[in-house]
Amino acid sequence: MAGRVFGQPVLRNEDAWLLTGKAEFIDDINLPGMLHAAFYRSDYAHARIKNIDVSAALKRPGVIAVYTAADFSEYWKAGPLQVPPPTAIPDSIFHARTLIPIAKEKVRYSGEPLAVVVAESRYIAEDAFDDIVVDLEPLEAVIDLEKALEPGAPLVHDDLDSNLAAHVIQKHGNWDEAVAQADVVIKKKIVVDRCAGSAIENCGILVDWNDRKREMTIWATTQAPIPYRNSIASRLGLFEDRVQVITPFIGGGFGPKIMNSLPHDVLIPIIAMKLKRPIKWIEDRRENFLSTTSERNQLHYAEIAAKKDGTVLGIKDIFYHNTGAYDPYAMTVPLNTQTHTISNYNIPNYYTEINMVFTNEMVVTPVRGAGRPFGIFVMERMMDFLACELGIDPADIREHNLVNRHQYPVRTGIIGQDFVENVLDSGDFPKALAKVRELIDYDKFVKEEQPRLRSQGKHKGIGIVCFTEGTAVGPYEGARITVGANGKVNVATGISTQGQGHFTVLAQIAAEQLGVEVKDVNVITGDTAQFHWGAGTFASRGATVAGTAVYKAAIKIRSKAISLGSKFLSVPEDQVELKDGRVFVKGEPEKSISLGDIALKANPIRGTFPEGVEPGLEATDYYGPPYGATGAGSVAMIVDVDPETMAVKIERFVITHDAGTLINPMLVEGQIIGGVSMGIGNSFFEKLVYDDNGQLLTASFMDYLLPQATDMPPKIELGHIESPSPLNPLGIKGVGEAGAIPTPACFVQAVENALAECHLQINETPLSPSRLWELVQESMK
Amino acid sequence: MTNLYNIKLIVNGKEYERTVEPRLLLSDFIRHDLGLNGTHVGCEHGICGACTILFDGLAMRSCLMFAVQANGHEIKTVESLGTPNEMHPLQQAFHEKHALQCGYCTPGFLMSLIPFLENQSEPTDDQIREAIDGNICRCTGYQNIIDAVKLAAEKLVVG
Repeated sequence: MAGRVFGQPVLRNEDAWLLTGKAEFIDDINLPGMLHAAFYRSDYAHARIKNIDVSAALKRPGVIAVYTAADFSEYWKAGPLQVPPPTAIPDSIFHARTLIPIAKEKVRYSGEPLAVVVAESRYIAEDAFDDIVVDLEPLEAVIDLEKALEPGAPLVHDDLDSNLAAHVIQKHGNWDEAVAQADVVIKKKIVVDRCAGSAIENCGILVDWNDRKREMTIWATTQAPIPYRNSIASRLGLFEDRVQVITPFIGGGFGPKIMNSLPHDVLIPIIAMKLKRPIKWIEDRRENFLSTTSERNQLHYAEIAAKKDGTVLGIKDIFYHNTGAYDPYAMTVPLNTQTHTISNYNIPNYYTEINMVFTNEMVVTPVRGAGRPFGIFVMERMMDFLACELGIDPADIREHNLVNRHQYPVRTGIIGQDFVENVLDSGDFPKALAKVRELIDYDKFVKEEQPRLRSQGKHKGIGIVCFTEGTAVGPYEGARITVGANGKVNVATGISTQGQGHFTVLAQIAAEQLGVEVKDVNVITGDTAQFHWGAGTFASRGATVAGTAVYKAAIKIRSKAISLGSKFLSVPEDQVELKDGRVFVKGEPEKSISLGDIALKANPIRGTFPEGVEPGLEATDYYGPPYGATGAGSVAMIVDVDPETMAVKIERFVITHDAGTLINPMLVEGQIIGGVSMGIGNSFFEKLVYDDNGQLLTASFMDYLLPQATDMPPKIELGHIESPSPLNPLGIKGVGEAGAIPTPACFVQAVENALAECHLQINETPLSPSRLWELVQESMK
Repeated sequence: MTNLYNIKLIVNGKEYERTVEPRLLLSDFIRHDLGLNGTHVGCEHGICGACTILFDGLAMRSCLMFAVQANGHEIKTVESLGTPNEMHPLQQAFHEKHALQCGYCTPGFLMSLIPFLENQSEPTDDQIREAIDGNICRCTGYQNIIDAVKLAAEKLVVG
C-alpha cells in the first residue's frame, strides 16, 4: 500500500545534523556551574564491605563531595521492578531483587559502585579515586549456573534460600506422549554465552535541579523517557510534571539504555538536589562493559522427539538463565526464549522450564534480540541434529515442519513477555524459506558445487535457518500532532530514538495523511514536556506502536482540516480535498485554504467558539495492540573455513524478511543489515568472558571484538516478503532486532557443514577461531 | 597539580592559543575547550575511531593524543566539512545512501575517508573496507557506507 510518501525510500530528516557534527548528544550539553561525577567501582565481584574511607578524597582540591551508601539515608532503597513479574503464568516463582543505587554491606558484581565523587572536572573526580581506601572481604563468587543452584552454594542474596531467581514452567500438549509416539528422541546440552549492546555512545545523564522552583530537568540517553521520569519523580517524591526528561540525539541503544534503575539513574538526580548544582555523568567504555547491562547467557538441556519422516512431535527444554546479580527487568528475556523456541514450526507438544539464576555478574536485561536468539538457536540446532540423525536435508526438514500460511492466527499456548498468550498474527514462513533457498541457490550448491569444492580440498559450507521475531508488543504509545500557523507539522510521541529513523518514518506516516512534505514534519521524541504518556523504544515496537498512534492522530487531523476547510471555503465537505498542504474545492483549484490558515482560524482570539470542538488543528491518539505482530524470515549463508587458522569467511549471506507493510524500505533494509552485523558479531567475534572470580576479562574493545568492515560478507542480500499485520491499520510490523536473531544459528550450521569430515555437532555460541580449533581437536579424539 | 602549558594550533583554519594540563586528551580539548562537539568519543582507547580527526592532513585518533602534542600543528574536524544546508559531497553521499543510523560514529568515518578519497578517485570495495577498518559502526553493518564512499568518489570527480 505504498503511497505518495508512505512506503517510499524517503531520505532521512535527521541526517544533515548528524553528518555535520551539529546534532546534540548528551556530552555536548554543558550548563553553567556544572559539576562532574565519577563512580568508584568494586574490583571484587562478591565481597563484604568492611570499611570505605573517603576522607582523603574530600581534601583534594576540586573535589566537591564524595558519597557512599551511608550518605543517601532515606533515598537508599532498592529500585523499581521495571517489568512486572510473570504472575500470568500459573505456579511461577519470582524473587524480585531489584538494583540498589550503591553497594551497602555487600558487593554483588565487579563494577558495582562503592562511592561517587563529584568534582570540578571528570579528571579531578577520577584522580580522587586514588585517595579512597576500601576494605573489602572477598567472598566466593557465584558464576556457574548449575553449581549456583547446588545446596551449600554461596548466596548472591543472603536473604534467599538459594540463588534461584525465578522458576517458570510452560507447556502445551504432552511431552511424554510425544516421546511415546516418537521414532527418535535426541537430547543435547546447548550453551549461549554473553554479549554486550555496545552502542558506540556510552550512557550519560545531566541533571539540573532548580531549587527555587522545585523542578528538575534531566538530559539522559534513555530509550524510555517517560518511565525514566516517573521512576525518578517517584523516588524523589516529586509530582511527575516537576521532572522533565529530554533525550538528545542518542548514539545507539540496542537495549541496555532501557534501564532506569542503574546507579547513575538514581544517584545523579539525588546528588543534583543535594548540591543544588547541575551534575553530569558520562559513562566510559570500561564502565559500560562492567556495569551497564548485557545479555545472552543461558544453558539449555533440550530434547526433540520426531517421527522417522522428520515430523517433529515435541520439544522439551529445561534451561538455566543467568540474570546476573539482580533482576530488575524481571523475565522478559527468558520468556522471549520460551515463546520463540517453537515459533516457526508446528510443535504439538512442548515443555519449557526456566530456572533463572542469580550470579555475581552484571545484570542481564534485553540486548537486541532479547532472548529470541537463544530460542531460535536451540530450535534450529535441534532441527539440525534431527536432520543429521535421520539423514534428511536441513532445508527439507524445516520446510516439512513449518507453520503454513493458512494457519494464522497461530495460538502457541505460551505466555510471552507481554503477559498474554503468544499468537503469531500473520506471515508466510514457507515462502520466506523457499525464497532464501532460491536466492542462495541452495540445491545447486549442495548437489553440485560443494562436492566439487570438497574434491579440491576446500572447506565451504552452507547453512539455512528460519526465525520469527515477536515485535511491536504493548502496552501502548501515543502521539499528538499539531499543525502550526506556518503550515508545518509537529508530531510528538513518548518514545525516544537511537538511530532507527523515527524522525523520518513517523513523519512519513503523518505527511501521507496530511498531504504535506516529509521535511515539513518535525518529529519530537523523548521530551516529557512535549508528550508524557507511553512506554518507550524496545521490543522492535517504536515505529509500529507509536507509528500507528501517529496514523490515528493524523486521520483525526485530516478529518478536522476537511471539516474546517469546507466551512471556511463555504462548500460541503464532500466538495473539498486535501493535498499539498491545502484544502481545495474540487475542480476549482483557485479556491483553497492552507492548513496553516485553518490552524490559525481554528484558534480564534475573539468572538464565539462552538461547544464540543477542540481548538487548533491538533489531535492526540493512542494505540495498543492486543499482542505483538510477528516478523519472520529465513537466513542462508555460505562460509569458507580455513582449517589451518579456523578463520571463517562469510562468502554469501542472504536473508528474506517479512516486516509486514514497509513504511520506508530503505530504512527497513538498514535495520536488517545492521541487525545482521550484530548477529555476525555474536556468532564469531563478541563474547563477554567472566572468570571464576567474576572478573570480566573482556572490558575493552581490544578484548571484546565488534565486527569491522573487513569482517562482514561482501554483500548482505535481502528478499522482502510482505504479510501485512492485521493488528494495525497500516499493516506494519517491527524489524529492529530481526537480523541479530537467526544469524548465530545459521553460522554454526554453515561452519559444521564446511567441516563435514569432522562430524562436529556444535552446541554453543559464540564461536571464535580458537574455540573452533578446540572443537575440531576434540572431534578427532 | 600538574604544570600548565601554552599551546598554539590551527583548528579548521582558525588559530587558537590555550593553556592546558599536559594530560588533557586532544579529544577532550577539541570537545570541551574548543566546543567542537562534532568529534565524538566512543571508547577512549583507540579502537572505535569515533574521535578521528585530521592531524596535519592525516587521519588520527584524537583520544590517543594529548592536546600538548598538537602544539604547532593543524587540525581539522567534521565541522570543517559542510553545513546542514550545504553538505560536503561525502556527507551528501552518506545521506543519499543511508550510510548512518544513530550517527555517533559518523564524524569519525568522514574524517578517515577525507584523506582516503583524496588519494583514491575510483576506490574498490576492498580498498574502502580497509580504509574504514579502524572505524566501528554498530548500526549499519558498513554496507551502505561502502556504497556511499563509491558515490562520494563519483561526486568528487564530477566536482
